Amino acid sequence: MSSELNDLYQQVIVDHAKRPRNFRVLTEANRKVDGYNPLCGDKVTIYVKVEGGVVRDISFQGSGCAISTASASLLTEALKGKTIEDAEALFESFHELVTGLQPEHDEPGLGKLAAFSGVCDYPTRVKCATLAWHALHAALEGDKPVVSTE
Amino acid sequence: MSGTPASASRGAGGSACLGRPNGLPHASARTATGFDVERIRRDFPILSERAYDRPLVYLDNAATAQKPRAVIDALVRFYTTENANVHRGVHLLSERSTAVYEDARRTVQTFLNASSVHEIVFTRGTTEGINLVAQSWGRANVGAGDEILISLLEHHSNIVPWQMLAEEKRATLRVAPIDDRGEVILEEYEKLLGPRTKIVALAHVSNALGTVNPVERMIEMAHSHGAVVLIDGAQAAPHLRTDVEALDCDFFAFSGHKLFGPTGIGVLYGKARLLEAMPPWQGGGDMIRSVTFEKTLYNDLPYKFEAGTPHIAGAAGLGVAIDYVTGVGIDEIAAYEHELLAYATERLSRIAGLRLVGTARHKAAVLSFVIEGVHPHDVATILDRRGIAIRAGHHCAQPVMERYGLAATSRASLAFYNTREEIDALAAGIEAVKEIFH
Repeated sequence: MSSELNDLYQQVIVDHAKRPRNFRVLTEANRKVDGYNPLCGDKVTIYVKVEGGVVRDISFQGSGCAISTASASLLTEALKGKTIEDAEALFESFHELVTGLQPEHDEPGLGKLAAFSGVCDYPTRVKCATLAWHALHAALEGDKPVVSTE
Repeated sequence: MSGTPASASRGAGGSACLGRPNGLPHASARTATGFDVERIRRDFPILSERAYDRPLVYLDNAATAQKPRAVIDALVRFYTTENANVHRGVHLLSERSTAVYEDARRTVQTFLNASSVHEIVFTRGTTEGINLVAQSWGRANVGAGDEILISLLEHHSNIVPWQMLAEEKRATLRVAPIDDRGEVILEEYEKLLGPRTKIVALAHVSNALGTVNPVERMIEMAHSHGAVVLIDGAQAAPHLRTDVEALDCDFFAFSGHKLFGPTGIGVLYGKARLLEAMPPWQGGGDMIRSVTFEKTLYNDLPYKFEAGTPHIAGAAGLGVAIDYVTGVGIDEIAAYEHELLAYATERLSRIAGLRLVGTARHKAAVLSFVIEGVHPHDVATILDRRGIAIRAGHHCAQPVMERYGLAATSRASLAFYNTREEIDALAAGIEAVKEIFH
């Protein structure tokens, strides 16, 4: 495998794609948003339980490629216990990472999400990586039940 | 004109010395059908491009095909020495461009075996041809309670124009089902034909699965119920001999760009008596005989359906593309692709965890597949970085995907310039995909 592909399909991404975490319906969720990428058919539903401005619990369901599934899975791991402000800030950092606006990839707060640094070399896959985040953003804003990448 | 034997010039169809067993560049080019693929590859400049520092392996021909040098040269020649508007100028260049444009129409007529050149309407592509029929013939002939019959295999472009018509006219869209192999179930198709069936619209070849429909028989069945038949020939024209007289279809639409010609040009064939009775679709210049504010007289066929300045260079390029294809020989192309498809089917079937989607008994060279545990988009990305271009997604045929309970497939679609070595590269690439997701 070429090193570029190794950069995209890092072990943590393949692992989360094959064994997504928090992959379930969250019955006690008070926010739920469907995300859809009409170009490739990827679907994700984000469930969030928000209390006092904090993400108490979060899960997802859906179907998509390795990048979108792993992104949703790692998102749920990263956000549990975070405040809404922290979550939005993380989205911003993540977005900069996958669109290549943050060439150093040195955002300390990204943690495992830094595994998506290779996405910026694959412009057609940026939407895969950000689908769940767009759904999350809508869920936290709480005014849209469905978001689309288009 | 370049000097390569396969670079057929206008009217030189049949002169190309392809497929002869001498002058072989290297042994692997020789195939059982005696088709000299290496010689053909040299006619397509883009095939010597490299992708990510590897040889380009282009297996997305059902989306669009690559262009031989002769077609590229024709576009350059047109804009260098022939460019003017058609049908109106009295000057030299207008005469030249009109001659080029109308020559291309005659080339298309011969290629389709249409009885008259007036039956050949230039369009932007297959989609526009289908929309023309739906809007012009359809709005004049389909009414409330009437039925339009398509198959489950159709591309969105042979679904949506009929849905729009059905909605406007309060007609019903009916869909003939397919079996697990991806073949239209003929008994079910026949049952759906009835006195209310006004038009039947069918793909000759499915873009998503490669199924070749038995359209001759299906047309006959539809005609016996008094229905008019449109054939979506987008995927068929580049791969199979097309004979609209033998098929007896009422309309046949195809695209230039899938037939190794330019984008933005296509053809609608229609039987003259139907086209004559149809109202114009778009109004504008060239489609009229005379205009006053009281009354406009429409032009004769086919100009009645060609409002505005057409894609003249595109038509010129399409004419040359057809000359090129007929120079190689459409039957030779079909035989070679059949052999390549058999090889690819056998090669891919041996890969554990790979499932071919669409296993019709009569298929064109399209291989749709899924790999257990790996999403088609990841397959396409990984193959891309190995220089291999395939398509991943629903292939603009979402109902087909739904039929198989899939969101998407990976699709390799072949042309006559593809080789066994490229199939081997595809197979090796798929093994690499599996390695990443083992």
